[in-house]
Amino acid sequence: MAITKQICLSTSGLTKIFGFGRRQTVAVDHVDLNLYEGEVVSIVGESGSGKTTLAKILLGLINETAGDVFFQGQKRDISSHQKRQEYWRNIQAIFQDPFSSYNIFNKIDSVLLDCINMRGGRGLARAAKVELMREACSFVNLKFEELTNKYPFELSGGQMQRLMIARIFLLKPKILIADEPTSMIDACSRATILDELMKLRDEIKMTIIFITHDIGLAYYVSDQVYIMERGKIVESGSADEVILRPRAAYTQRLISDVPKIHEEWDLSTV
Amino acid sequence: MQHTLRQIFRSGKFVVGFSIFAAILLIVTIYPLLVRESPLTIIGQGTFFPPGIYVSVYDSLTSPRYTLQLDDAAAKRLASRLSDDDRLAMKEWLVGAGLLESEIDTTDTARLLGLWEATYDPAKRIPGLTNAKRNYYVRLDASLDGLLATEGLSLATKDPQTGALIETGQVAQTDYANVSQVANLRVLALGTDNFGRDVLTELVTATGVSLQIGIVAGLVATLIGLTLGLLAGYVGGLVDDVITFVTNLFIVIPSFVLLILISFSIGQEQRGAFTIAVVIGLTGWVWTARAVRAQVISLRNRDHVNLSKLSGHSIFRIIVADILPYIASYVVMALILQISSAILAEAGLSILGLGPRTTDVPTLGQMMNWAFIYQAYILGKWWAYLPALAAIALVSFSMNLMNTGLDQVFNPALRE
Repeated sequence: MAITKQICLSTSGLTKIFGFGRRQTVAVDHVDLNLYEGEVVSIVGESGSGKTTLAKILLGLINETAGDVFFQGQKRDISSHQKRQEYWRNIQAIFQDPFSSYNIFNKIDSVLLDCINMRGGRGLARAAKVELMREACSFVNLKFEELTNKYPFELSGGQMQRLMIARIFLLKPKILIADEPTSMIDACSRATILDELMKLRDEIKMTIIFITHDIGLAYYVSDQVYIMERGKIVESGSADEVILRPRAAYTQRLISDVPKIHEEWDLSTV
Repeated sequence: MQHTLRQIFRSGKFVVGFSIFAAILLIVTIYPLLVRESPLTIIGQGTFFPPGIYVSVYDSLTSPRYTLQLDDAAAKRLASRLSDDDRLAMKEWLVGAGLLESEIDTTDTARLLGLWEATYDPAKRIPGLTNAKRNYYVRLDASLDGLLATEGLSLATKDPQTGALIETGQVAQTDYANVSQVANLRVLALGTDNFGRDVLTELVTATGVSLQIGIVAGLVATLIGLTLGLLAGYVGGLVDDVITFVTNLFIVIPSFVLLILISFSIGQEQRGAFTIAVVIGLTGWVWTARAVRAQVISLRNRDHVNLSKLSGHSIFRIIVADILPYIASYVVMALILQISSAILAEAGLSILGLGPRTTDVPTLGQMMNWAFIYQAYILGKWWAYLPALAAIALVSFSMNLMNTGLDQVFNPALRE
């Protein structure tokens, strides 16, 4: 390729161990990632394979036991509150369960206002802030007028998750970690949300780390795929390479487990 | 918020508890406005006057008189002067003097008195009669004199020079005074205590003071418990280890023993109601801290807290805005329980004589303590301790009921 891609986020030997002694579990085991700018990268694995722990370490929400995380070539430093704030201006997340992602005591406006403030919009006039919020809402096909002064729990799950995307739209981070953002959503809203995520990626040119257990979904959205089994990366490469020509047995199993709607069920072998 | 409040007030248990508590609060605030007397004024010369309406004898003699012809007046008068014990004792003497037991009916007052007048002779020897008993019969006989008389009493004043009595008026047996026209009367609904204080006034003030102690102690305990629990639960790590260690230390040492020791070492002079409240609060925070810590630990990994962190909020803001509201219902319940247990702790301390300074204010525990020291339990002076007991029970009952009601609203598993 003519354009050399810049590495945005990388890890080396990232390890997280919970507990001590005999009871210890290795949740993340010497993970090396190289994420390039503007790519969609999927991390695929079944429940308990350490995907979410890895995401939380990348976000700086929990501390790694060993290994390093490099952000734009520099070893990341999140030792003080200021530095963490700076880091979180660049890396943001959408969580799995929209119903537990919101503080039920805060109104929707305050969620969006927080994002505006974080992007240095604290001094803006009220009208300008409203205009920004309206823009963000219309990006995800929500009407700000219908949301203002409402509480998050008054929305549907799909609407909440779209509001999360609106939040990212306002924050414009360099990296977005989407931790199974569609697993709690019905199938119709799922496609909308995925489309909006892709639209957002094109809009603000960010890297998306897409964490999912659904390898089909990973194939649908991503450029790069990492397959994770019990804390280890067992296979990685471009989406076509990994999913169409899987090498690891685990990957093959994950692929064979995907229900295929067009194949007729052969009941004779059951 | 409104929705939650509406739900709370739809819970039967909470409403009953709240009504009792509100009624107690209302009485405690309104009563002192009506009765302006200091609760510790000694009004009675003597101990344990029974509950009742006390009418000034002097003023009733000089108040307007009305003549009422009531048939049962004489019988009632006799009945009130002649107790059942006296009647049995009279029967005993009469049988001893040789009368047939079947002839004597102790319920027929007039006939019994007639027999007694006819046969009683202090000089007569009855076999098996002790000296004390003989003297008792002499006294009884003297008190019965004039009981069957129909004429009234004379009122006389003493001439200051000669000392001679001058008759100034007559009181007939049919004379009545209207209570509302007697200049001086005092309702002592719960009698007086061992110092001669009005128990009702004392009780109302004591309930108020005990509630204040409870509220101060409850607030202190909840505040300490909440702060430590939040810090231990949210910050974690070394802070959690240290706080948990201290908490466990306090759990191992029984808090009541600690309370007694602190209270004793403060000394009688320094022990005001407020000091006692703070001391109770300082020893009672342990369980709140533990429970809050547990709740916070389960909350701190929730996604909304993570989202708040990602939005760059400070630890302080996350604790106040993202953790506290979620445990607020629990903290309110803990506060209610703390208040009620602080009231009980104060009562326990005061019964042991380690309560607030006795000359300042009465508390429910102190009323029990005084009744205890002056043997009201043994003497059967129930009005000295039972009302205080009932007040303590009612306050903590209402608070526990409110707590159960709240629990049912906030804990879906307990909903009926």
